[in-house]
Amino acid sequence: MKQTLTAHVGAPGFGKTERRDAWWLEPLLVVLGFATFVAYSTWAAFQVSNYSYGPYLSPFFSPYIRPDWWPANWSTAFFVLWIPGGFRASCYYYRRAYWRSLFASPSACAVSEPKRDYTGETGTIARWLPILHRWFLYLSLIVLVWLWIDVVKAFDFDGHFGIGVGTLVMLINVALLSFFTLGCHALRSLVGGNARCFSCAPGGNARYGMWSFVSKLTQRHKLWAWFSLFSVGLTDLYIRLCAMGVLHDIRIV
Amino acid sequence: MSETVTSTQVHGGGATADQIVSVDSATNQHIQVRINRGEAGEIEGRWEEFTVPLAKGMVVLDTVLWVQAHQANDLAARWNCKAAKCGSCSAEINGKPRLMCKTRVEDFNLAEPILIQPLQTFKRIKDLVTDVSWNYRINATIKPFTPRQDREWKWFQHDADRAQEMRKCIECFLCQDVCHVLRYQTEEKPQFAGPRYFVRTAGLDFHPMDGAERLEQLADEHGLGLCNITYCCSEVCPEHIAITHNAIIPEKERVVDEFHDPVKKFIRKIQKKK
Amino acid sequence: MTTTTTSQIHEADVLIIGAGGAGLRAAIEAAAQGARVAVICKSLLGKAHTIVAEGGIAAAVGSVDPRDNWKVHFHDTMQGGKFVNNWRMAQLHAQESPEEIRNLELWGALFDRTEKGGVMQRLFGGHTYKRLVHVGDRTGLELIRTLQDKAVAERIQVFMETTITKLLKHDGKICGAAGYVRETGRFIVFKAPAVVIAAGGSGRIYSVTSNSWEGTADGQALAFRAGAELMDMEFIQFHPTGMVWPHSVRGILVTESVRGEGGHLTNSLGERFMERYDKERMELSTRDVVARAIYTEVKEGRGSPHGGAYLSIAHLPADFVKRKLPSMHEQFLAFAKVDITKEPMEVYPTTHYHMGGIRVDGDSTATNVPGLFAAGESAAGLHGANRLGGNSLSDLLVFGARAGRYAAQYALGAEHITPSAEEIALAEHEAQAPFEATGENPFALQEEMQNMMMSEVGVYRVEEKLKNALNQIRDLQERAANVRATGSVMYNPVWHTALDVKNMALIAETIAQSAHLRTESRGAHSRVDFPNYDANLQKGNMVARYDGQNVTVAFVEQPPMPQELHDLTYNKPEVAAAA
Repeated sequence: MKQTLTAHVGAPGFGKTERRDAWWLEPLLVVLGFATFVAYSTWAAFQVSNYSYGPYLSPFFSPYIRPDWWPANWSTAFFVLWIPGGFRASCYYYRRAYWRSLFASPSACAVSEPKRDYTGETGTIARWLPILHRWFLYLSLIVLVWLWIDVVKAFDFDGHFGIGVGTLVMLINVALLSFFTLGCHALRSLVGGNARCFSCAPGGNARYGMWSFVSKLTQRHKLWAWFSLFSVGLTDLYIRLCAMGVLHDIRIV
Repeated sequence: MSETVTSTQVHGGGATADQIVSVDSATNQHIQVRINRGEAGEIEGRWEEFTVPLAKGMVVLDTVLWVQAHQANDLAARWNCKAAKCGSCSAEINGKPRLMCKTRVEDFNLAEPILIQPLQTFKRIKDLVTDVSWNYRINATIKPFTPRQDREWKWFQHDADRAQEMRKCIECFLCQDVCHVLRYQTEEKPQFAGPRYFVRTAGLDFHPMDGAERLEQLADEHGLGLCNITYCCSEVCPEHIAITHNAIIPEKERVVDEFHDPVKKFIRKIQKKK
Repeated sequence: MTTTTTSQIHEADVLIIGAGGAGLRAAIEAAAQGARVAVICKSLLGKAHTIVAEGGIAAAVGSVDPRDNWKVHFHDTMQGGKFVNNWRMAQLHAQESPEEIRNLELWGALFDRTEKGGVMQRLFGGHTYKRLVHVGDRTGLELIRTLQDKAVAERIQVFMETTITKLLKHDGKICGAAGYVRETGRFIVFKAPAVVIAAGGSGRIYSVTSNSWEGTADGQALAFRAGAELMDMEFIQFHPTGMVWPHSVRGILVTESVRGEGGHLTNSLGERFMERYDKERMELSTRDVVARAIYTEVKEGRGSPHGGAYLSIAHLPADFVKRKLPSMHEQFLAFAKVDITKEPMEVYPTTHYHMGGIRVDGDSTATNVPGLFAAGESAAGLHGANRLGGNSLSDLLVFGARAGRYAAQYALGAEHITPSAEEIALAEHEAQAPFEATGENPFALQEEMQNMMMSEVGVYRVEEKLKNALNQIRDLQERAANVRATGSVMYNPVWHTALDVKNMALIAETIAQSAHLRTESRGAHSRVDFPNYDANLQKGNMVARYDGQNVTVAFVEQPPMPQELHDLTYNKPEVAAAA
């Protein structure tokens, strides 16, 4: 049975609303946040040096892949960056953020849009975004393991155990990335969310436990999304500044 | 249309206490409310302004009922319980979809008039009342609860929690109103059931004893994929149901789990070969 | 202004007026019997007042306490109702409510669970054991949504936002009903040999009430005008705990679950004053006792700043309160800016439930008018002089189902007679009358009546006040006959109120007359001038009749109880199959 609704709002137009609060503030902040990160990360990704310092490796360049045929003056960041990039582009939180800010679809709730027809996720996009997100989740989990290995290596100062400020920076970064990645909605479904009755499903208690854990992280997905986004950039910046000799990395242990 | 009403008029007719303004809550202040009125099918409507005596703790619905009783007797508004439990008095107040009975007047800047409009997504019947019958037609298409026969009738609170959250819905249709897939949908658009019915479906799908399969219906007939996760439905929900987070996204993910997960597909293929 | 309307005749076997719990349960049952069913719903489907029920459904399923069974439930109901209940109804109700819980679960209801995986039950005033099956504090919503979903799945026809103004009869038997569609104002006629009234109560007759605007006694008035008898009209339950502040939400219900989960009532001196009124059961005494206690504390100057008593649950862990009483937490936060996990609530009695209503046969719910049935709050009998918390939801399930079954059986064997054109024209004329009238504004009249009833026929009643009330009611009735409506017939609240006040004024008279005649204090009916039980009045009920002009009320004795039920009523049943 086809049931189509014809809505009764007036003519379309950008930002028409009776709302009196500062509804434009959130999309504006999101645009500024994205712009800052994209500008820095694009610049950083094109750099061919200064991405490592001592035992530290910038997360933009991990896992470190450099085939022999790769031109020396080309950055290797692009071997990796498409994975977190794709993961975040198909992430439910980021979708909310960019639809609301970059595409004004809608800028805020009950605020009119430039076009009257719905142009958000339709057709192929609507079908493929969640599927792609699932693929990117699996890949991101692999990358996450690599980033943890990098952190373990960051305790190794020429064969001696040690802790520098850079070690802590990398540890905090990977922790935030883990909170973000393990709070993924796709993972939440995968580990237990797709069970219709926990106690009746095989391994139900374990799945309920995992689902509860992931759910706690998912609850704050927005928070982890922003914190981990900036921590990645700042970790790269810290290592870069150390490598450039601008900052001096302090050894704690 | 604006008119100042004195307290004797308010108390009127020898009554001992007014329903809305009583001695202990009366103030000397008056506030302006601007109500969008109109006949069936009118989109823009007309704004009429009324002066209403302010009482402490009063809600927007009080102002509308006061206007109805004293100044515009035929002002149409839908309401029932006046306790935020039935979801009848949905409207757009200062541009935001809300329940009139749950919106306190004092939370606004009273120097400006309060704007009250009907839900914009649905066709106007009269004044603040809109035709929400489309929702009931969509509801009727959802596969009903189908108890499983193959398992003991026993489950625990943690099995019920997810579905119980969905069943808190009071069908105020604010989520349907604010959802921009519906709000700007014209005749040519594919069908989209709207947040309320993803919530209802999730409430059935996460019922520990339900055995019906609704994923194909969700993905195809009800257009689940069209939602672009703006979270507006969750923002306006007066029952604080995490609609996007706990209903829409988990259902989208169940579709992927069922039909598109690469690892699961691989495992299934191997199992088939065996 | 009058708009000419065209009547349309819809046919059904069973016409159900009201789409709350009782109406929907009746519809499902009647449809299951093979009858064509039409349901009239004054508001949108699923908004009925049942939705506001919070605490739970009383049913002796024995999931939490295996000592519970129907005999104990019957005993509690009769004790709570102060022995004037229709004992047959009390028996059927206690026996059949567990089965109804099972039905709801099979239709998708999700009640809270115990650690053993059964349904959770909580304690309420007057119940011996933990008996109320519930979902947090939104049980009514769960019940109505479950029945609504079931009715939708069964493709039962529902006429939303439609009001019935008159029952149509032929040769003394029901043949249909007439009314209007709110949206268009169009007149609508139904042809049906059986009508079930499940239209709720009359709380809106009072100014401070927990009832939604729909509780305007129209179900009772429709039946009364059609010749049905009303019974127990003096028994109006004032729920002890309604919100007091802010004034705009005065009367909104504070669920008994607050006390059921361990809440304390205190006065301005900090005393747990229930010690003085019911030392044994304290806060979990029956509603009539607690309501009078709060009323007395406030009257004697020990009230809270806004004239109520304090109800506190703040001594329990905040997480527990939020999980068991989420909507109370939300309600006080939103309306009063009070966090009940930290601060006490202020509460005062509020008009809540009408134990009285249409007089029915205990087994079949049939009235004295052939073809007319009644169930739920519209009907009388089960609760006697005072209803126990949770018994209303089980009432509407048990007797809703019975009304549906017996109405369907009656209709399938009855002759379908088309209402006469004259009767339809008369009904339409009566409904349109406010547009021709020149009297006063019905909103003002309604408010005057509500205030008068609150002060003259309230928690405590006395001879002079009741006489005064009766005089005023007759005056109000005359004026109500001439209230005027302005504007068009389309979704016009002043017109609807003009019709409502006539019903309310008529029913108010039955309340005042019955209260005047019952010269004793029993359950919810408290006479200052007659503070004790009268053994003679325990034998029966006040029955009101209407001849189209005058309301008469007479005392009618009940048939004697069978010995077994008599013993169960007055002696606590032995704990059956204990341990």
